[in-house]
Amino acid sequence: MRRSFSTVFFILMVCVVRPAYAVLEVDLTSHLVAIESDFFGENISLFGAISGGGDVIAVVRGPRTNFKVHHKENISGLWINTRSAVFEAVPSFYAVASSAPLDQIIDDDLLAQRKIGVGHLGLDLPGNRAHAQWRQGLLDNLFAHKIYQKEPGEIRFLGDRLFRTKFSLPPNVPVGRYDVMIYHIRNGAVVGLRSEPLYVAKAGLEAGIYRFAQNQPLYYGIFAVVVALIAGWLGHIVFRR
Amino acid sequence: MQIYLPIAEVSVDVFLLLAMGGAVGFLSGVFGVGGGFLMTPLLIFAGIPPAVAVATQSNNVIAASVSGVLAHMQRGNVDFVMGGILTLGGFLGSFLGVLLFKLLRDLGQIDLVISLSYVVLLGTLGVLMFAEGLRAISRQSRTGARRRKLHDHHWFHGLPLRMRFHKSRLYISAILPFAVGLLVGILSAIMGVGGGFVLVPAMIYLLGMPTAVVIGTSLFQVIFVAINITILQSVETQTVDIVLAMILLVGSVIGAQVGARVGAGLRAEWLRLFLGLLVLSVCARILFDLLIPPDNLYVLETLG
Repeated sequence: MRRSFSTVFFILMVCVVRPAYAVLEVDLTSHLVAIESDFFGENISLFGAISGGGDVIAVVRGPRTNFKVHHKENISGLWINTRSAVFEAVPSFYAVASSAPLDQIIDDDLLAQRKIGVGHLGLDLPGNRAHAQWRQGLLDNLFAHKIYQKEPGEIRFLGDRLFRTKFSLPPNVPVGRYDVMIYHIRNGAVVGLRSEPLYVAKAGLEAGIYRFAQNQPLYYGIFAVVVALIAGWLGHIVFRR
Repeated sequence: MQIYLPIAEVSVDVFLLLAMGGAVGFLSGVFGVGGGFLMTPLLIFAGIPPAVAVATQSNNVIAASVSGVLAHMQRGNVDFVMGGILTLGGFLGSFLGVLLFKLLRDLGQIDLVISLSYVVLLGTLGVLMFAEGLRAISRQSRTGARRRKLHDHHWFHGLPLRMRFHKSRLYISAILPFAVGLLVGILSAIMGVGGGFVLVPAMIYLLGMPTAVVIGTSLFQVIFVAINITILQSVETQTVDIVLAMILLVGSVIGAQVGARVGAGLRAEWLRLFLGLLVLSVCARILFDLLIPPDNLYVLETLG
């Protein structure tokens, strides 16, 4: 839905806006991040070109997920999890980069409308709750895990037209389909929009083990037990002397 | 050297995992405890998601315990009859424990119950063992003589179904080890640990078994509990990370062998003193977590 909207929006942009405004061209160095046993995070470079001047904002969103947050309270001296809340359908990864500070290039209402910046993600809870504290509690955790970027990154221009930036995916990066949205801003208005897909997936042995555990859990468990029994026995043989 | 773990979905240092496995395996070999109550917090501290840490450490415990049992068998320090009865009780107990766990979770107080039962249980056991060890050592250094009596006799040793346990040099009711196994099974289901650290003192103080036999026999029982948990977790939650387990078990198998050797050379009194200290320090850590204001009052738990 969101994607088709973006696509339609993009086509509209190109068809309607192109004669008057400029074109935005972008690409990623890689559209597939393969997680193998030596994976320790990865940097994704985004590069592109605009014509006619202006600024660029890029937003990376991970596949949507649910986050459960527990709240700790002090009850007669002990810190105990008392209440919990679930934030539903939240991006599992979020990062923003821009060629100038956001508030200098685009109106806050427009940022909110397009959900650009961690402050505009919504992050609502069902029912009447103290939203602000729960939201900040969730964000602090996500910042600490480096799956949400606290401060916007920088997009550098090489000359008037070419620009590039980098996103770092941490070692604990969630797997799935990511959306990279690139906005071309001029005079406080969005004049160009592109969406690039990015896939983060387990590969090789890692993918095989994961599938084994998911699809054949009983055999996987028995296999794990047998491996452990053999390892224990081998350890004994080696050390018996 | 970093390695990406397929189930835990994080990247961790292999050498850190090896060292952790080695340290916990060593303690397991010395004291006959599975080490789950130490390994789980260590893994979580290293950045492994709690659910994966709990499930995977049980797989690792199998290897460490097998290795330890074989080493103790060579010294004739495993009482299989006793171990078998404890295991039977343990299976029934873990079944009851899972029911109790669900009940407490529905009441919304499972976290508190886990933490508090750790503190109370570990605190009591730790103090008991530490004091006992100290007393025995000071008595020894004064008189130079060891205690004559094999163990204290209580009324419950004379319940019906008396059996002879040759290795343990006991003639007691079979109901007793069954009940101990049952109790430990309930506890390990609730607290998510193998239960060796409860079993060992129970065997020493309640059953009156000789310390040397207790360790091998406890490890023997722990193997079956850990196998049960590994398979249950694989089926129910898919959180057993075999790559993580394999790295840990290299460390812990080696550690367990070294530990069994060191443990065999230690006097029983010192063993109790050290185990008491160990149990007390884990207890202090959990209490610390309950008492110290957390950095962030909101704790994240990712859902699928």
